[in-house]
Amino acid sequence: MRSIPITPALPPHRAQVRTLVAQHRNEPGALLPLLHAVQHELGHIPPDVVPDIAAGLNLSRAEVHGVITYYHHFRSLPAGRHVVQVCRAEACKACGADELMAQAEELLGCKSHETRGDGAVTLEPVFCLGLCASSPAIQIDDKLHGRVSAERLGRLLGGLA
Amino acid sequence: MKVFIPRDSAALAVGADEVADALQAELISRGLDAGVTLVRNGSRGLFWLEPMVEVETPEGRVAYGPVAPEDVPALIDAGLLQGGAHALGLGLTEAIPYLAKQERLTFRRMGITDPLSLDDYAAHDGWQGLEKALTMDGAAVAQQVLDSGLRGRGGAAFPAGIKWRTVLNTPSAQKVIVCNADEGDGGTFSDRMTMEGDPYMLIEGMTIAGLALGATAGYIYVRSEYPHAVAALREAVTRATAAGYLGDNVRGSGKAFQLHVRMAAGSYVCGEETALLESLEGKRGIVRAKPPLPAIEGLFGQPTLIHNVISLASVPLILARGADFYKNYGMGRSRGTLPFQLAGNIKFGGLVEKAFGLSLRELLFNFGGGTRSGRPLKAVQVGGPLGTYVPESQWDIPLDYEAYAAVGAVLGHGGIVVHDDRADMAQLARYAMEFCAIESCGKCTPCRIGSTRGVEVIDRIVKNQNRAQQVILLRDLCDTMVNGSLCAMGGMTPYPVLSALNHYPEDFGIAEPDQQAA
Repeated sequence: MRSIPITPALPPHRAQVRTLVAQHRNEPGALLPLLHAVQHELGHIPPDVVPDIAAGLNLSRAEVHGVITYYHHFRSLPAGRHVVQVCRAEACKACGADELMAQAEELLGCKSHETRGDGAVTLEPVFCLGLCASSPAIQIDDKLHGRVSAERLGRLLGGLA
Repeated sequence: MKVFIPRDSAALAVGADEVADALQAELISRGLDAGVTLVRNGSRGLFWLEPMVEVETPEGRVAYGPVAPEDVPALIDAGLLQGGAHALGLGLTEAIPYLAKQERLTFRRMGITDPLSLDDYAAHDGWQGLEKALTMDGAAVAQQVLDSGLRGRGGAAFPAGIKWRTVLNTPSAQKVIVCNADEGDGGTFSDRMTMEGDPYMLIEGMTIAGLALGATAGYIYVRSEYPHAVAALREAVTRATAAGYLGDNVRGSGKAFQLHVRMAAGSYVCGEETALLESLEGKRGIVRAKPPLPAIEGLFGQPTLIHNVISLASVPLILARGADFYKNYGMGRSRGTLPFQLAGNIKFGGLVEKAFGLSLRELLFNFGGGTRSGRPLKAVQVGGPLGTYVPESQWDIPLDYEAYAAVGAVLGHGGIVVHDDRADMAQLARYAMEFCAIESCGKCTPCRIGSTRGVEVIDRIVKNQNRAQQVILLRDLCDTMVNGSLCAMGGMTPYPVLSALNHYPEDFGIAEPDQQAA
């Protein structure tokens, strides 16, 4: 009987990343657009795709890792099902953003920069959503909310599961 | 008949989509929908009135606001569609004093047009600057920009025309136009409003620059926190390209200009121009040493004109109306207008475009109406996170680059953040150092290490551990950061810190007013 050499199949997410690499590799300065595309597709940038990106763009793994970890926007770990961002910049601080963040931590049962144990929600600070005349401002997933009172925060966060 | 409900992020954040849905549903249920066109315009920038609904009437547009979805049936009962009277009625939009008192040049279309409608843009003076520029040579266009007195609106206030001339005169097979739309300063939103509310103006400004300076490619680097701006720009670029305002043969001129919209990734320091270029090249956003200037050696080593959104968006008007028209606004060496952004704890927060030269007091009270909380106004930070806290003794100084520089302050990007008497200035100073520690790119030591030491020193001052000695240490540290940092991140973080210390020493536990207070 003939033996057939077995190459382990590439995990689907790495195959996806290789497709994205092929789409972006010829753009000038392709790394950021590519990382955005990967995070958009997979929700985060898993460490095991770094070699695929590095090989595709002719960069070292260190360079790719350095870029991913330099920018706040890119995640190496999956976020919760919902992402709650509370603005901590000056205009929102002048309107009670610090108290709002403390309240969000309490309501969600999860600290800033953390994902709750059940994976339902990630809480993060953000430095300016550009809603500085409608402070304090927060963002929940893709939706912006301005002039957020304590009572309104309770209603907005109450529905997250 | 047209009804306008803004699509600006700040309107969406307070329920503009929900109001639009409620209005449409109500019109359909009453059988009134056939004759009504709903336009999703940009915002007028009167954010305490958002969501603001406007209706076209023979006398002009009539405004209502702030409108909640549940107000819609009563508004229609009151004759909203004819501009009828209602408790939320604001009268003719253009007559609202906040708007009527402004000098809107760059923001003259804001909130009036459908941002993505090419017809609207053309009908409101759009493309006139480009058409004019197409009849001139590059040197003449650069000369117009220089003669207008336009200075970089991102904050550094460098004469724009000098940059244009440098890029023009640097020989190269390829040149690039880059728009810095990484508006990371807390308290600023004029770039966001421009990109969301009048994107063709920015496209026109960049196209004028591209054709004049011989660049065939342009990049707009937009922060990832502005997804609506990114979406609006991408759609606008697609439509402008299809209509021949961008592409291989701009308006039949035989010249090419392609525009690319790139998303940033949440690094504040990438608003610094050389860090931005590194980021566009796909690297970590680390500040470059200058020289070489970007105008000589910028993106991918090519001569690069890099400007803030408002700088580029000012160019179409300058070309269309001439340098003198623009130059006739303003004072001293600060020519034209600045879109000021009233933010934070302010009653009437929003966008106020005025010629340089008015006072902060006028902005804070005649426009802003004092604090939103109704408490005494304590501190005002002008010019973003790296700007100083301006005390009341300086509120009558004219808003002018040189007048502010004379008291050690900056106008920056025109952001004005108001704090009431509950503000703890020592904590705000600490925050400035902490923010610098979080966002420092790490290349130079004063910024990377100094910011962390700054947080520690301020903590010791507040806890009264060797306070007098620690204050000396803080001043010494700030001196090192100001004079030893590579860019404005480390170099200007001491501005808010020292102004807080000098003008509000009691918040640091220092009873006597400091001798060095300005």
